[in-house]
Amino acid sequence: MSDLSAIPVPVPADAGSSLEVLREALCSVHPDLCPLFSIEFADSVLMVSRAQLHATAAKLKELGFERFGFVTAVDFGDDFELVYRLQSTRFGVGMSLKTEVPRDEPAIETITDLWPAANWHEREVYDLMGIEFIGHPDLRRILLPDDWVGHPLRKDYHDDDVIPRPDYI
Amino acid sequence: MTIEIESRRSVTDEAGRGVDELVVNIGPSHPSTHGVCRVIAHLDGEVVVKAEPVIGYLHRGIEKMAENRTYLQVVPLTDRLDYVGSMYANWAYCRAVERLADIRVPERAEYIRVIVCELQRIASHMMGVGASGADTGAFTAFVYAFDIRERIVELFELLCGARLTYNYVRPGGVSADLPDGWIEACRAVVRAAPARLRELDDLFFGNYIAAGRMRGIGVLSAEDAVAWGATGPVARGSGVPFDLRKDDPYSVYPRLDFDVPVGESGDAFDRGRVKLFESIESCRIIEQALDQIEAGPVKASGLPRLIRPRPGDAYDHIESARGSLGVYLVSDGSPRPYRMKVRSPAFCNLQLLGRLAVGHTVSDLVVILGSLDPVFGEVDR
Repeated sequence: MSDLSAIPVPVPADAGSSLEVLREALCSVHPDLCPLFSIEFADSVLMVSRAQLHATAAKLKELGFERFGFVTAVDFGDDFELVYRLQSTRFGVGMSLKTEVPRDEPAIETITDLWPAANWHEREVYDLMGIEFIGHPDLRRILLPDDWVGHPLRKDYHDDDVIPRPDYI
Repeated sequence: MTIEIESRRSVTDEAGRGVDELVVNIGPSHPSTHGVCRVIAHLDGEVVVKAEPVIGYLHRGIEKMAENRTYLQVVPLTDRLDYVGSMYANWAYCRAVERLADIRVPERAEYIRVIVCELQRIASHMMGVGASGADTGAFTAFVYAFDIRERIVELFELLCGARLTYNYVRPGGVSADLPDGWIEACRAVVRAAPARLRELDDLFFGNYIAAGRMRGIGVLSAEDAVAWGATGPVARGSGVPFDLRKDDPYSVYPRLDFDVPVGESGDAFDRGRVKLFESIESCRIIEQALDQIEAGPVKASGLPRLIRPRPGDAYDHIESARGSLGVYLVSDGSPRPYRMKVRSPAFCNLQLLGRLAVGHTVSDLVVILGSLDPVFGEVDR
């Protein structure tokens, strides 16, 4: 009977060292980004301001994050937090690049010029969260019909057709 | 008949001659679109000038629904994302929950997860290759592929009672241990499968008609594959050797010995063959896992009934049959996720359809769509 001290799942083998290698590389090439970098839940996170986002994404792409994962938004009430997920073959890790946009002015520069893959992802964020991507070649709804009103993933979305789920717990 | 002619526009070509461009609407309900995909194709004769996939016909708001369910109640929702691959869809979500809530999964559960995920990979690829067969007219190849898939789906039914949506991989482990005799039944299936897969390769991909229909169709260059975020067999068919099981290893994959088949030309033919050879490699993985698995618990001990992760967010991904499938979860400390985002490989790969179909005929458009192997539960969520 094998004991329970098996593979620690939240931290893949060698993740600690790959993240430290990434931190060293980032801090040596871009020292201004160093204080914005953190390791949370055994994963790398870089939090930047909205104005810096495009430039930071370009720097990360040059550093070795050639692969685009996705972009999504989280509604935190006063602002939306945009999360860009990038993957690097060189470091063997992914990174979450985050920024915040205020709720009353939900717009940010597009990154489709860096990664064409971001095209549909930004359309989806626009569709479901209502964040405008300035400079996007084709910003329109993707999952919902073109004449839909509102942005359903927002926390204050209201729809008469939605049946509220009873609270069982 | 579902192909309707929407409009006929006259354009003038460089020599000043009037050329009719036909805009044809294909789908969403169509036997060749692999689900509910609408493609608006602009045709010059039979050649596609522009193809635009329109999605959202299977959008059910799973991400919004997840915000109103506990972490355990979300698992059946993930079943219905990539419904051809419920096991790995459950697994990607469970990995994200375990990362967020700091749950350790026992070793036997990890081995079981790998075994069912690889079985699911074979089943999903058989669906993909079989559908490619049906697209090109090889209906017998479809049935051959589905026979292999049927053996696997029967194994899943023995395991958890369901044939398609399993709800088997849960946060902390799996829902129940392997029943008696299941390992022997599984071994019998994976011992017989490689020979049948090679036979399918010979009969379908070795046939000159399939080669004629699929070679040189929908060529995706390696640079485009990386720039457009393609993963899975779509990227590997173009020669990009990116596989999360090797490049960002997780679970017990580092202990298992397997190769990652990579294509050369990036056409529909290579994508199909990558899927088939991946299935043969999966058989190797399963045999090794069946040899290495030991007795033990299949669920993390001490797991509360309601998982309440500490506030924060985490992302975790696995290599599904379609590519890198990931789940991003945001927690606010309550038993329900604050936000769940599914990074679906089929959504990312489907963006390429517009690029790949240009210059090919309408019949090739169907073959390209099949080679991208989208599952619309995952694309639309």
